[in-house]
Amino acid sequence: MKIPPSLPFFKGAMGGFEDFVHPEIYGTMIVFGFLGIPYDFRWSVLWEPPHATWIIDGLLTTLRVSAFSWIFAILLGILFGALRTVPFRPLRALATAYVEFFRNVPLLVWLFFWYFGAPEAFPESIRQWFIRHGMEFWSAVAGISVYHGARMSEVIRAGIQSIPKTQLEAGVSSGLSVSQTYRLIIIPIALRLIVPPATNESLNLLKNSSLAMTIGVAELTFATRQVETYTAKAFEAFSAGTLIYLGLCLSIASIMNRVERKFAIPGLIARAERAEH
Amino acid sequence: MGIGHFGGGTLRLAIPAILLGFCVGVILGLARLAQRPWIHYPAAIYIEFIRGVPLVMVIFWFWFLVPIFLGRPVPEYWIALTAFVIFEGAYIGEIVRAGIQSVPRGQIDAATATGLNYVQTMIHVILPQAIRNMIPSLVTQFIVLFKDTSLASIIGMMDLTKAAQTVSQRELRPFEMYIFIAVVYWICTYSMSRFSHWLEIRMSPERTSSP
Repeated sequence: MKIPPSLPFFKGAMGGFEDFVHPEIYGTMIVFGFLGIPYDFRWSVLWEPPHATWIIDGLLTTLRVSAFSWIFAILLGILFGALRTVPFRPLRALATAYVEFFRNVPLLVWLFFWYFGAPEAFPESIRQWFIRHGMEFWSAVAGISVYHGARMSEVIRAGIQSIPKTQLEAGVSSGLSVSQTYRLIIIPIALRLIVPPATNESLNLLKNSSLAMTIGVAELTFATRQVETYTAKAFEAFSAGTLIYLGLCLSIASIMNRVERKFAIPGLIARAERAEH
Repeated sequence: MGIGHFGGGTLRLAIPAILLGFCVGVILGLARLAQRPWIHYPAAIYIEFIRGVPLVMVIFWFWFLVPIFLGRPVPEYWIALTAFVIFEGAYIGEIVRAGIQSVPRGQIDAATATGLNYVQTMIHVILPQAIRNMIPSLVTQFIVLFKDTSLASIIGMMDLTKAAQTVSQRELRPFEMYIFIAVVYWICTYSMSRFSHWLEIRMSPERTSSP
């Protein structure tokens, strides 16, 4: 088999596969790409004993980080999103400060801050306790939920503000009580306005949970990298990770799309811009 | 080796990424609106695919693929830049598409009725309105991109985040260090969002039509 001059580097990049690839496997080498670069596809690395567990554990960790962060982000979002619309100025200023500060700084910086920086503020004994109780995981949850909480509160504020005050007045003047107006008119409309961008934001959260790998949380991207490092099969490992993320995102998006369509009120909402986020 | 030395890495990555990403985005946005299916579908698949994958994954892909295809080692800077342009191009493409679609169809009919051809209609009628509608989302996306450049530090590019990491390891002052770069990032992104706000007001029809 002809080896292109690029091989010395290629060898380095692939963790020197040439050195340990068994001659038998070498024989089954498939030419990869159109540039005549040899690459031995071995998809079986994905389900060989330790690797499959890594990937599945990674997926579960991704889901766990995302689920915790999502719950906290939604709570923070509702709290600060609502606070940004109250008439009392100091509260509004507080909420604005939170949103503007946390949303405008990269998530990666927040993760490093919550993992390396924030524990410094605590006394040694508490820090030891953190370290014993999975600090990476909770730092990641803290970082992601505070960052996405700020973004979520923008979504919720926009939803609240897009309902004109006249809706409430119209409801009350047609004989409903204030609570009935909220229950029957305001909240159903507000939810329909908020859900599409909130779904979008939740998918961003899911994708951003991949950054938790930088502080050592063994989530999906981390597991993918681990498989890649151990097997030197980057193509297979990254494909697996990519397809899992893609599957998760597309299925959530399509479920929510169906939900939106099922509950849509004709003529109420022109399809919200999915691009904005 | 101070932090200021590397702060430039972020800007050196962000500015070309924004400009090139915008070009790719405009092409993709127009391609998605194209009538011909062989232009329309690849663009749509590309956009949906990229939007379903985390940026870190895209960066790793390029980290692995670009050197193989070029057959030689490539500096992290170029890998990061390629990944950002490819990734953000998909998001900007969606914004461009939405912006063009936000212009009512009647505008095209009216322009045609006054005798303008397709290119004239686009340049004089549709795009000015579309771009005005796009500005808020576009600047939001640029801010997102600016923040995303911090991910280049994962593959070892020296930018602000990487510099903070290095310095805080040496000085053992992570709390102050990360708060400091948070403020630096914040100043950049917040001024971008203020600028967008100003631009929106400046370009609104109420203002330009008033004497």
